[in-house]
Amino acid sequence: MKRFLIPLGLFLVLAVFLGIGLSRDPREVPSPLLGKAAPAFSLPTLGDSGRGDGPAFGPETMRGRVWVLNVWASWCASCRDEHPVLLGLAESGVVPIVGLDYKDQPAQAQGWLERHGNPYVLSALDADGRVGIDYGVYGVPETYVIDKAGIIRFKQIGAVTPEVLKTRMLPLIQELQR
Amino acid sequence: MTRLPVRLPATLMALLVAVLLQLALPPRATANEARPLAEDPAVEARLLRIAEEVRCLVCQNESLAASQADLAKDLRREIRAQIRQGKTDAQIMDFLVDRYGDFVRYRPPFNATTLLLWLGPFLALAVGLAALMRFLRRRQAAAPAPLTEDEQRRAAALLDGTD
Repeated sequence: MKRFLIPLGLFLVLAVFLGIGLSRDPREVPSPLLGKAAPAFSLPTLGDSGRGDGPAFGPETMRGRVWVLNVWASWCASCRDEHPVLLGLAESGVVPIVGLDYKDQPAQAQGWLERHGNPYVLSALDADGRVGIDYGVYGVPETYVIDKAGIIRFKQIGAVTPEVLKTRMLPLIQELQR
Repeated sequence: MTRLPVRLPATLMALLVAVLLQLALPPRATANEARPLAEDPAVEARLLRIAEEVRCLVCQNESLAASQADLAKDLRREIRAQIRQGKTDAQIMDFLVDRYGDFVRYRPPFNATTLLLWLGPFLALAVGLAALMRFLRRRQAAAPAPLTEDEQRRAAALLDGTD
């Protein structure tokens, strides 16, 4: 009897480990940027004209405020999934959302925002993706919560779901705003 | 009529020369694709050596050197630029790890989070050896007692078939 228990035990341990492995998303790589200062940049913004000639934006202008940086693009399919969530968040006025329009054309980005609504206080244009590299972006959309001191506190890889917003982002934002 | 055979080859010749000239010139449509692989072979060799050590985050089972993902192309361009700026391989690797984490390295560093990864195999080996030792020792202890003289005689008789 005992000799059968040992392989059974080994099998169960292996099954549990593999089960845990299955339930985890390999795309969610923990960002080394958490707890570090949001990398500085200065980028043109999407002006009202849609030509991408708005005033330059850098993260230091948000110093003293908790804010959300959302990396998006008009070519990004999952961005449409999270868009209603962002629009809701913007409407609630809890926190300003800054867009980082990643490797996109200003005209197309402007058209996309006109079609689907604009939750952003402004959208910085990262045309060549250079700022995206500094922020460790590897899959759009990605969303960062940045505190008053300019430290990255949270990163969501992939679309922000209502659950993520409710259970993780909003409690954190409220805590940081205190 | 008699001059025609002489003139026809001449026009043919002109045509042939024209066609050959067309072929000799690089076709404009493919001029972009046929760019030389490496503008600076030394830079490309270093780029390749670094990129082969780095995982592409978009298609995680491919190296940065092999991946055709847009991000991989951007990162190769970035590494190339940094090589030209005179950065060392270690500096470039730090640049990548600072942004994407230890996960991008195919050779993870030895630290608190990778302790089990590095020492796990040795731990498993030690556990296996201990289990083997215990098994062998127990088998030795449980070995049957040697035959008595009487039993030996009987066994010999059985083997000889002269019982």
